[in-house]
Amino acid sequence: MLSLRGPFMTQQVVFYIFAAIMVFAGTMVISVRNPVHAALFLVLAFFSSAAVWLLLEAEFLAIALVLVYVGAVMVLFLFVVMMLDINMAPLREGFIRYLPVGIVIAVLVAVQLVLVVGSSYFGLESFPAPEPRPAEYSNTEALGNVLYTTYVYPFEIAAVILLVAIVAAIVLTMRRRPHVKRQRPDRQVAVRRSDRVRLVGMAPEKKPSVRR
Amino acid sequence: MAFVTPDFVPAIPEIFVLGMACLALVVDVYITERYRLFTYQLAQSTLVASALMVIFLYPAEAVVTFNGTFVSDGMSTVLKVFILLVSYFVFFYSKQYLRDRNLFRGEYYVLGLFAVLGMMVMASAHSLLTIYLGLELLSLSLYALVALNRDSNEASEAAMKYFVLGALASGMLLYGMSMIYGATASLDLAEVYRVASGGQANDTLLVFGLVFVVVGLAFKFGAVPFHMWVPDVYEGASTSVTLFISTAPKLAAFAMAMRLLVDALPSLHGDWQQMLIILAVLSMAAGNVIAIAQTNLKRMLAYSTIAHVGFLLAGILTGTQSGYAAAMFYVIVYALMSMGGFGMIILMSQAGIEADRLDHFKGLNERSPWFAFIMLIFMFSMAGVPPFLGFWAKWSVLRELVAGGVVWLAAVAVVFSIIGAFYYLRVVRLMYFDKPEDATPITPGRDMRVMMSANGLAILGLGIYPGGLMAVCVSALGA
Repeated sequence: MLSLRGPFMTQQVVFYIFAAIMVFAGTMVISVRNPVHAALFLVLAFFSSAAVWLLLEAEFLAIALVLVYVGAVMVLFLFVVMMLDINMAPLREGFIRYLPVGIVIAVLVAVQLVLVVGSSYFGLESFPAPEPRPAEYSNTEALGNVLYTTYVYPFEIAAVILLVAIVAAIVLTMRRRPHVKRQRPDRQVAVRRSDRVRLVGMAPEKKPSVRR
Repeated sequence: MAFVTPDFVPAIPEIFVLGMACLALVVDVYITERYRLFTYQLAQSTLVASALMVIFLYPAEAVVTFNGTFVSDGMSTVLKVFILLVSYFVFFYSKQYLRDRNLFRGEYYVLGLFAVLGMMVMASAHSLLTIYLGLELLSLSLYALVALNRDSNEASEAAMKYFVLGALASGMLLYGMSMIYGATASLDLAEVYRVASGGQANDTLLVFGLVFVVVGLAFKFGAVPFHMWVPDVYEGASTSVTLFISTAPKLAAFAMAMRLLVDALPSLHGDWQQMLIILAVLSMAAGNVIAIAQTNLKRMLAYSTIAHVGFLLAGILTGTQSGYAAAMFYVIVYALMSMGGFGMIILMSQAGIEADRLDHFKGLNERSPWFAFIMLIFMFSMAGVPPFLGFWAKWSVLRELVAGGVVWLAAVAVVFSIIGAFYYLRVVRLMYFDKPEDATPITPGRDMRVMMSANGLAILGLGIYPGGLMAVCVSALGA
């Protein structure tokens, strides 16, 4: 419900603009043919959701989303997409065949979501809008205050999950395969001329003949 | 929320396992291939010491600490002890198997320890956040363990299927949790319980969240119709990993179901009872019937797991204290039996041979009468033949179903158990009445002999005196 008063109006306009961009980008991520374009649309989706988070006064999370996801994860992801020559054709096989079932299920889920998550249950009556914080209120400080105190136990478990991810990634990729040629920089540096070039003293087998 | 310095004492076993897992990780880097056994010994002593700590710290009454994210009560204590015990046996059984296949690496045990830590976190979770994080810690370690055998295409495929479906299930669970959080405005299970049963939360929202939570739980349990991954993962993963996946994580999944459904949302019992009835009936039907058609023992046991999960859910859905105790008894018994069943496949497998087809068990009696007898114990117990332990597990769930007034479900469960008995007894027939395909005697190491016999005789012994274990389950839930 658009109220035509002051700052709320601006906020709502901004919200709807970014929400629309986000939905559009999300749809494009799964529908464009080129995987690089899909990754770039994902970046756009992250940017617009960061903007929506800013409207919720979650400044720290918004900046973390841009820095971590857009800045690091997606760049890495783009590298991977560009380095692997993925043939998209087999991935799209059967798309038309499964489309009707997919659409039916998607519509059903969407209708249920709208019925439950719509404004009748999550409207302003049941969840009144919180008072806006004053300008000097630090979102980052508030998070920092609870992260190592109230939520220290979940926080530590999350750290362990990241450790497991590192261990798993190394275990699955670091392995000695017999036929793979790999570079050994230490041996490259330590190499001597005598290791590579062998001067062979050979007696000429027959006298050089001079062409007449 | 005011911050209270947490009481670290109830969490000492978890902290210890974490510290030792990190230590094992570092130590493993510095030791040479010859001393690889040291990592294994480190992992095993961690499990034993941690189990002793859990028993020593048994709380007189439930202790909630870490600002409402951690609870130590009777149920968490008993489940943790069994998780650690079962993991000890699993690590033990897989030692020789991994060595024969050149997979004996420190990472198997390090990831295993992290998985155990995840299960302990789940057993002690007192907040939606901790349940989810514990589950992710467990699942992530398991995905990596399945994929550990890089040279096998089946293992990679199984890992991929497990990962994609597991991620989907986690998404479902998380979405359901977010709805419950939206309705109750709290992550703390005690607070969720207070708000939900006080009628201050919107019921439609709660039920909507509950549906997704139950779907997520069913995925993790492997209940029909969310069971597709179970046979493929069980068959594709190397047997040592299958052994792990099929045993201890089921105990953790039971803890998760109890925390979410019973501790947090008992006020919605009517709703989740109906959902669990559907899951239970379908699981028992599909699991037992499809298992008959299998020729691969790992696949057959996978479908048998699905059927057992149906029984387990039947125990939970009664909604009574004694029903929960029966379900807990069932899941512990299931873990012990499944450990033995997959352990026998490992014992029969020698270097280069994977004894995972039913044909491999033909004429086992001529090759090794003792191990044929041990396998007979496991099969009879899974089928629910008295006086083995599995009979008492089935019996106690059926008794609670009848007492809870769901007599028709008890009848359905009995019918499908009888159908299921067919494929267990077929294994027994193959072992005793068929000629072996190759007559090489079974020669496991002495330690393997002792542990496997202990496993089998425990099923028999506890089957003759089931009162003790049952009493432990009842008192654990009462505390």
